Amino acid sequence: MDRRVVITGMGIYSCIGTNLDEVRESLFQGKSGIIIDQDRIDFGFKSPLTGSVPKPDLKSKLNRRQRISMGEESDYAYIATLEALANAKVEDSFFDQNEVGILYGNDSVSQAIVESIDIVRDKKDTQLIGSGAIFKSMNSTVTMNLSTLFRLRGINMTISAACASGSHAIGLAYMYIKQGLQDMIICGGAQEINKYAMASFDGLGVFATDIEHPELASRPFDAGRTGLVPSGGGATLILESYESAVKRGAPIIAEVLGYGFSSNGGHISTPNVDGPALAMQRALSQASLKPEDITYINAHATSTPIGDANEAKAIFEVFGNKPYVSSTKSMTGHECWMAGASEIVYSTLMMQNGFIAPNINLDNPDEDAQKLNLVSTTIQKEFDLYLSNSFGFGGTNSAIIVKKFKD
Amino acid sequence: MDTNEIISQLNQILIEEFEVDEGVIVAQANLKESLDLDSLDYVDLVVLIESNFGVKLVEADFKSMVTFNDFYSIVENKIAVK
Repeated sequence: MDRRVVITGMGIYSCIGTNLDEVRESLFQGKSGIIIDQDRIDFGFKSPLTGSVPKPDLKSKLNRRQRISMGEESDYAYIATLEALANAKVEDSFFDQNEVGILYGNDSVSQAIVESIDIVRDKKDTQLIGSGAIFKSMNSTVTMNLSTLFRLRGINMTISAACASGSHAIGLAYMYIKQGLQDMIICGGAQEINKYAMASFDGLGVFATDIEHPELASRPFDAGRTGLVPSGGGATLILESYESAVKRGAPIIAEVLGYGFSSNGGHISTPNVDGPALAMQRALSQASLKPEDITYINAHATSTPIGDANEAKAIFEVFGNKPYVSSTKSMTGHECWMAGASEIVYSTLMMQNGFIAPNINLDNPDEDAQKLNLVSTTIQKEFDLYLSNSFGFGGTNSAIIVKKFKD
Repeated sequence: MDTNEIISQLNQILIEEFEVDEGVIVAQANLKESLDLDSLDYVDLVVLIESNFGVKLVEADFKSMVTFNDFYSIVENKIAVK
């Protein structure tokens, strides 16, 4: 039994805005959310560039017992999920009457681990870590917390797939609903943004170095790029069967048509062309679409030379130069575990509001990027279909195709 | 630190860190029931008492702790022999 899978709610907490309205405006304006964090320099980072999000104040929303198990990534995911549920017109009482699942992308809990182990080093007594640490220092912390807070009784697990985690979470939610196993799944991705989470990544020397102009530092597809900029936050989508959405009278935003995946089977950090191309082709095939049907591609492009170049080759191989292409990471930085979900939110906001957000800082496209139809300034454009790419360490690839909803 | 100071500080910890309403704190009342403590809360009480007074509550202390007064006394006695 194959069912239609629709998006009925979205929520976002990111460095370009802490709700859908702010983010839509930032995307349209091509606004960067990148800052300099002096603390990273003092700590030993090579690059102090980062996306920045305010710490959410959850004290008025959750009690001590609930908050004590939540780390940074769960805080962001919770705020994004509240917005998504409100957007989807799902009230709290809905969870008592209906089985709802959760599949969320997350792949680190560095701060929680560092802070709890520091206590043991200092006190020589594990009991003095406190009760919340264990629930904060597992990769499944987001789904552990949100499933408890919202009393969820359906599928419940975290997807850890590096920088494709959020995208695979949405793809898997789509599969569960499409196959009739679940009617509604809260899905998305979260990313801690603290220095502990990013230190080892910084150590690889792949972060951007243009500290004079942080807003110009993330430059996907541009020959003048110096590396990626780490970022984070939370992004949630409410995926639901079409029947469930209609039964609830829910506002249907868009429809998920395809989820393509692949694994490169190669280098642990250097991406290739064939793996991403296969994921995109599979997404097209599952959606029963031709390459020319896709109007916009939200590229994974993180602002690293080999990653951007190989994705450009893969896009050109599958789609040619027709679809508009941009990487919103030029504004947000690389939201890592969250990116695959946030970029579905960004792209859906564009589709809802009739524009294509720019790949900012694209002054001099590199050789492979020149073959693509890259968008460097905002385009007013009504469109119905987009594809969003997400790739991760270990060669994990995910491509999602979303269509504007039409009955 | 005298008894009243210890009690005052303990109550302040319960109010600020455990987010307990001041009115719930009654010397003769049952601590566990009044604060709706579960096993995880006891772990956090151990942490808070240690960080504020430098003494550590152990499982046996909680077994003999019924009222708020018991709680105050046990902490006071531990501070006294520190």
